[in-house]
Amino acid sequence: MPTDTFAAMRQSIIDGAPDQAGSLAKQALEQGIAPLEAIDHGFVPGMSEVGEQFAQHKIFLPDMLASAEAMKAAMGVLEPELARQGGERPRAGVVVLGTAKGDIHEIGKTLVGTLLTAHGFRVHDLGVDVTGERFAATAREVAADVVGVSALLTTTMRGQRSVIETLEREGLRPRVKVIVGGAPVTRRWAEEIGADGYGKDAQSAVALVKSLVESPAVAESDRIQPEESAVSHK
Amino acid sequence: MRPKLEILDHALVKRIFEEAFALLASTGVKVGTPAALDLLASGGARVGDGVARIPESLVRHALETVPREFFLYDRAGHAAVHYGGDDVHFDPGSSCLNILDADTQQPRPAQADDLAQMVQVTEMLPQYAAQSTAMVCNDVPSEIGDWYRLLLVLWYSSKPIVTGAFSVPTLRTMIALLAADSGGNEALKKKPRAIFDVCPSPPLNWSEFASQNLIELARAGVPAELISMPLAGATAPVTLAGAIVQHAAESLAGITIHQLASPGAPVVWGGAPAIFDMSTGNAPMGAIETAMLDLGCAQVGKSLGLPTHAYLVASDARLIDAQAGAESGSSAFLGALAGINMISGAGMLDFLACHSIEKLVIDAEAIASAQRLLEGIFPRTDTLALGMFAQTGLSGDFLKLKETRALFRKEQHFPSSVTDRSGDANTPDLHTRARQRVRELLENYQRPSITPEVEEALLAVARREAKIAGFEQLPGIAVREHASVAS
Repeated sequence: MPTDTFAAMRQSIIDGAPDQAGSLAKQALEQGIAPLEAIDHGFVPGMSEVGEQFAQHKIFLPDMLASAEAMKAAMGVLEPELARQGGERPRAGVVVLGTAKGDIHEIGKTLVGTLLTAHGFRVHDLGVDVTGERFAATAREVAADVVGVSALLTTTMRGQRSVIETLEREGLRPRVKVIVGGAPVTRRWAEEIGADGYGKDAQSAVALVKSLVESPAVAESDRIQPEESAVSHK
Repeated sequence: MRPKLEILDHALVKRIFEEAFALLASTGVKVGTPAALDLLASGGARVGDGVARIPESLVRHALETVPREFFLYDRAGHAAVHYGGDDVHFDPGSSCLNILDADTQQPRPAQADDLAQMVQVTEMLPQYAAQSTAMVCNDVPSEIGDWYRLLLVLWYSSKPIVTGAFSVPTLRTMIALLAADSGGNEALKKKPRAIFDVCPSPPLNWSEFASQNLIELARAGVPAELISMPLAGATAPVTLAGAIVQHAAESLAGITIHQLASPGAPVVWGGAPAIFDMSTGNAPMGAIETAMLDLGCAQVGKSLGLPTHAYLVASDARLIDAQAGAESGSSAFLGALAGINMISGAGMLDFLACHSIEKLVIDAEAIASAQRLLEGIFPRTDTLALGMFAQTGLSGDFLKLKETRALFRKEQHFPSSVTDRSGDANTPDLHTRARQRVRELLENYQRPSITPEVEEALLAVARREAKIAGFEQLPGIAVREHASVAS
């Protein structure tokens, strides 16, 4: 039985059909399929297929976003059940995203967030015009592995540097990787301000985050624990 | 006749206006500065939560006071760029970070010396009616970078300038530099040498700085060029027609703020729209749909009788290759045929991230051809051919006719050595020819004679502002006695 169900789940993600994905997730629970089974054998393979097709230019960003929405719908059903059973889906990592202070451009950053979510990361999107202090506070609060700062203007690129400086000042820098992106941002700029990486586009940002999170430099013990010292800092 | 291209039929233009006015009145526009909101409210807009809902009547009133034409002036005070009608001018693209290194053919961060060279080459090429503040100078602190680009252009050029500011204090410094160059604020207002690009943020957002910028420019009497940049499919409707509606609404809102601040101040219906690449998330400037958006947006502005601008002649190729030539050449022709008053973008590569002086001279070839195309085909002799046949009969010998000698220079455009018509198998490749041409132009360049008073006035502003930023040098300013601020 599950093979057909898993195939339908996979297809609902490829089709970018949130209603279908959501109801398949509900059905699975009703049929007693373990949530983690449904995720790992049904929905995630769909997202992997979507990623491959995207890389081959067979599907495009709007298709990818629809698939991400479908994934979200399925997870919305499965995660509470998973939590109820006392489990949690292993996270690829925790990422805090935002656009630098003074900059109100968000499309690139939002795209990165959507793709990271679809790839299993927990993403906290702070929106636009975000100060270094807010990046730092959120990174601490959610135990971020990676902070991503976007800037579309040559004038707001400096905000990326100040986020790094704030993270350093607050003692978070050794445990949080910082990535930067945005139209005027270059690898050279990323190096100059001491960022850990730079993504030319949303796809390469996902690959970058994966490689950074997997990098041994951020050992499990070095990651910030949730809420750690959040009080002492207020 | 002069050839002309329109891309929208009149019924579609009408619908674009209907929807643009409906957007302004119902959805409204975000406006970031209280001064602009107050102006709009005083004119009858409904204002709340930083959003202005602007009635059509208020926009129509603003459109009545906008000048239908104006000029930019060169250093000598001659009218050199005519914004209005179907006149077409070109200028290099602006404010990019990298330059394609002529030796390595790889992008690298641009320096003040690169901008100085580009200004000099632009100065030598008649295809470019105006200069632009083309490159961010990476050896100049970013705090002073905006006005420093303008200083370099003023230092090395006599042509009008397309520029822009990224903050209000910088805008004031730039206006101070222009006033120093023109001999005072009133002289600048009377004969403006520069126009400032002002960009709303898509969709429908005149940010704090952009709206403040509009008001400052209007009151200073310095022309403003509205650069609405809908990104079709991302920050604007995916349909080209829908993105043109958004462009119209943003531009109409900008004009309304601008004219409320100072009725009759010069303003241009410009833009840098693009489609959104659904694979990469980039904004391809060389895409045909991007050019179609530019033409559609400009046509909407022209239907109001307004001066127009567009961003064309840029390519997304990373190197100077056939793609660069095809994209830049075709959009130069399209823009020229559309009768767009100022077409910015020449020289640029890689989604506006990289400039190239070699590409600038190559683009000048395409632009010269486009300019020839615009001259069109028309009778230059009493009879079109009969008079000449009366002399030659069937001999076919037209070369020695006096008409041939008298008219061939008018009929035929003579490209530079960048265009290969030699038929010689040993002709160097395009990149080599372009480099050679750049060298020749730089060798023949002569700095305009600027009076010592004007130089001193420019440097006084520059020294004052550089010192505030703690900067001691003036890189790219080649005159030895002025090379240092410390004096």
